[in-house]
Amino acid sequence: MAAVEQQSKSLWQHAMGTLFRDKMAVVSIIIILFYVIMAALSATGIIVADWTEEVGPSYGSPSMDNWFGLDMFGRSVLAKTIKGTEVAMSVGLIASLLSLVIGVTLGAIAGYFGGRVDEFIVWFYTTFTSIPNIMLLVAITFISGKGLKAVILALGLTGWVGLCRLIRGEVMRHKDREYVHAASAIGAGNYRKLVRHILPNVTHIMIINFSLQFQIAIKSEVILSYLGLGVQGRPSWGIMIDDAKLELARGVWWQLAAATFAMAIVVLAFNILGDSLRDALDPKLKGK
Amino acid sequence: MNLYVYTLRRLLYIIPVLLGVCAIVFFLFSVVSPDPTLIMLGKHASVQQMEELRRELGLDRPWFIQYLDIVKSAFTFDFGRSWSTKQEISTMIKQGAIPSLTLSLPAFVISFVISITVSLMVAFYRGKFLDKIAVFGCVSMMSISSLAYILFGQWFFGYKLGWFEISGYDYGFPDFIPYVLLPILIWVILGLGPEVRFYRTVLLDEIYQDYVRTARAKGLGEHVILFKHVLKNALIPIITNLIISIPFLILGALLLESFFSIPGLGAMTLNAVNASDFPVIKAMTILTSVAYIIFSVITDICYTLVDPRVRLR
Repeated sequence: MAAVEQQSKSLWQHAMGTLFRDKMAVVSIIIILFYVIMAALSATGIIVADWTEEVGPSYGSPSMDNWFGLDMFGRSVLAKTIKGTEVAMSVGLIASLLSLVIGVTLGAIAGYFGGRVDEFIVWFYTTFTSIPNIMLLVAITFISGKGLKAVILALGLTGWVGLCRLIRGEVMRHKDREYVHAASAIGAGNYRKLVRHILPNVTHIMIINFSLQFQIAIKSEVILSYLGLGVQGRPSWGIMIDDAKLELARGVWWQLAAATFAMAIVVLAFNILGDSLRDALDPKLKGK
Repeated sequence: MNLYVYTLRRLLYIIPVLLGVCAIVFFLFSVVSPDPTLIMLGKHASVQQMEELRRELGLDRPWFIQYLDIVKSAFTFDFGRSWSTKQEISTMIKQGAIPSLTLSLPAFVISFVISITVSLMVAFYRGKFLDKIAVFGCVSMMSISSLAYILFGQWFFGYKLGWFEISGYDYGFPDFIPYVLLPILIWVILGLGPEVRFYRTVLLDEIYQDYVRTARAKGLGEHVILFKHVLKNALIPIITNLIISIPFLILGALLLESFFSIPGLGAMTLNAVNASDFPVIKAMTILTSVAYIIFSVITDICYTLVDPRVRLR
């Protein structure tokens, strides 16, 4: 008798299936991919090799040649928006990776080892959350000397607390489960139990948090750049909005509109994707 | 755990957290920061000038004395003098607090009333068209940069329509009102997205509880269930959220104040950042942190009074 091949879906296949059936989520993924490709093309100089190029009159309005219009120096607003995308995406990616690493490491150590170590880490993040985020962001960016690196550092160093709390709680719930005891029965050490057995079970929290953190980083970069603490000497959505402050009274709205829409669309995509990821990966929370 | 023991423990925990906050402030501004004398005197300062300034600012003292100064200031609120205006920082804070509060307090109250009304409506029609539109609307509103709201609002309502004052401030009761109206309006709009989303989640968490099903089973109407049963239980997280947002009112709205030239604490902080005025930035960081710590203790204690289960943890 031929054995009947019983293929059951793994947890991840199941989650991916749910995610890709969700039309809004698919649209969001496509939008985010589009932004990533634009940022990569701009970073490698394939498109917008020179954003400082004068292509028309000062404050030229949007036309067929220059879709998003021109700025004070006759530079293309579209080119500046794309350069801004590069800044926003790199800040989002690196800052959220940084906070992911810090949050997971501290959270996992606190949750797994408990006791004194846990008390110390809890004290550390309680202290951190006591300082209003905006003050901490401004202070860290200011002190690390303004610019792209400073913004990434500040966002990475402030964004880990929420994830750390969640991971700590989850690891605490998992560490006394039977599969972990089984692992120690066959001789697994602390490191192996934590990294090979427990952490894969909390990956969904990391993914959901990553997509949330990404858009927070993009939004904060815009505000920090607006305050003059962000990137220097190159366009960013925040700097474009700062320029627009004086332009609006002259009826020049396109720089504000371009930067605002560019940011809003990608942040919205991340928001929707975050919600869909939560529904797909954490079915217990569904409908909330 | 006994309520008194819990309260005492919670109060004692303030000390290590406060020391930690001071340590972070100290680390940021005295250990890793670039030399402030260099910022103040410029590149061409002589070594002697820098030495003198360091002595004048007290930067030549041992590190633990400088740390203790920060800790002391967290209790006495004596933050010394500003580097750029040479004024007492505590006086500057007292002066700035009034304009900040005339903006943030009414905005806070109005914003809460509107958000909670909208969320109750949304929760009542949960799963229906109105709810879906509202949820999508909230997420979309949260995706737009707050800078865009402020800029557009100022331009459209202040400049184009001429309904409101664009910038400035007058002290004294009725005089300040025209200047804060538009910032308040923008604050309310800014808060609508995140707040409605939060209160909706809180309300829906309760709506699917067993006691609601029981209430429905014994024949109570939807209105009675929502306002008498659900709202009462949802009040705990709602009030917690309200109390914990109070400390942030001190900072006012950093961006709103600077856009509308309101001489409050938020604008003062931003000016200090632009002028590299370390003592003022430090003072505002410590002040807001102390307020946050105090209010989070109040929240925790209120919480245990209302919900005894928390104490057992």
